[in-house]
Amino acid sequence: MCLAVPMKIESVDGAVGTGGYGGGEYRFRVDLVDATVGDYVLVHAGIAITKVDEAEALETIALLKQIDDINRSLSRPRDDGEPGGGDPA
Amino acid sequence: MEVCGTHTVAIHRYGLRAMLPPNVELISGPGCPVCVTAVSYLDHAVALAREPGVVLATFGDLMRVPGSTTSLERERAAGADVRVVTSPIDAVEMAAREREWKVVFLGVGFETTAPAVALAMRLADERGLANFLVLSGHKVMPPALRALVSGGPVQIDGFLMPGHVSAVIGSRPYEFLVEEFSIPSVVTGFEPTDVLQGIWMLMRQLNEGRCAVEIQYKRVVRPEGNPLAWAAVEERFEPADAVWRGIALIPASGLAIRPAFAGQDAAVQIPVEVEPTAEKQGCICGQVLQGVKRPADCPLFGTGCRPEHPVGACMVSSEGSCAAAFKYSGAQASSL
Repeated sequence: MCLAVPMKIESVDGAVGTGGYGGGEYRFRVDLVDATVGDYVLVHAGIAITKVDEAEALETIALLKQIDDINRSLSRPRDDGEPGGGDPA
Repeated sequence: MEVCGTHTVAIHRYGLRAMLPPNVELISGPGCPVCVTAVSYLDHAVALAREPGVVLATFGDLMRVPGSTTSLERERAAGADVRVVTSPIDAVEMAAREREWKVVFLGVGFETTAPAVALAMRLADERGLANFLVLSGHKVMPPALRALVSGGPVQIDGFLMPGHVSAVIGSRPYEFLVEEFSIPSVVTGFEPTDVLQGIWMLMRQLNEGRCAVEIQYKRVVRPEGNPLAWAAVEERFEPADAVWRGIALIPASGLAIRPAFAGQDAAVQIPVEVEPTAEKQGCICGQVLQGVKRPADCPLFGTGCRPEHPVGACMVSSEGSCAAAFKYSGAQASSL
């Protein structure tokens, strides 16, 4: 029920924003946010309920990528031929 | 304790309990708005659906929730005009296209959803659509949180607060838990790393002897929330006592349509007779919702009550504790 999706506002027509993520195009009301074209908003039940802070979002993406990189290095074979999974320190 | 159905699902889906040390116990609280919708509300919706000239518009997850004797899905199969929408704005469009029908939108959801319904009511007014009505079953979290910690059955050391409810109301409404009950909380997002970081932040507070309301989900939640969205809600709704299914009446925990907008209140505009409320035998949804029991503790879990034939709301809603436990752990969910 709290499914809300971050979307970038590609265009606005009156109080209806159009935006998307992953290729889809969605329409949602933007009456209840102070946002313009180019901003990211959180869309729930057909309306934008708040803005997504792009700087924070990008930091989160960077952190998630770091975790991904660590995971990948853990599953790479080590120099002695044994599979990875040792102490990542 | 987490008090958000989406957190319940994330915790099950990503197997987070298995990653935590044994001294950390995650309890699911009453975070699924469909699950806590009173049986009498469903019965009222059914009565409206049976009324001539009425079209019911609803979110999909209400369709299969059992009322006293039937469900909206069964009523639709029997000929009632019940339509699933993903937004109350769609219901307004329906009212605009079909002026000869009364379109009643079933307003269920917490503070995340109430702004969309309030906006829909505003738009209907602006367009002169007197045939758009709402049956409000909306609820708000803070009074329920207070009830959970005020001599409730479960001892809670910290809360994971719902990320999207808080996007609207901010983090300040949770300060009373610190000030009056010395219980910390962390407003948390929904990715598995968000949830783990939220738990980590709570543990850090407990270990350092601190008690505060912190925000993990900073990319979306500010302490003040989104005042514009909440103002829309306060324009159309006022606090009212509400019954939480299986729990009890919690004062001021619901949102009722203000008398000034009684013209949009389906409860006022369409008088119907609602059947007497009957609860299901053996269903312990109320105890599951409060975190007193787990899904596997219920005698009906996995047998009489399964996703394909649910008895209680916790199994019906995709975000209910029992549905989540069943989906990700099967009928053998024992330590969950």
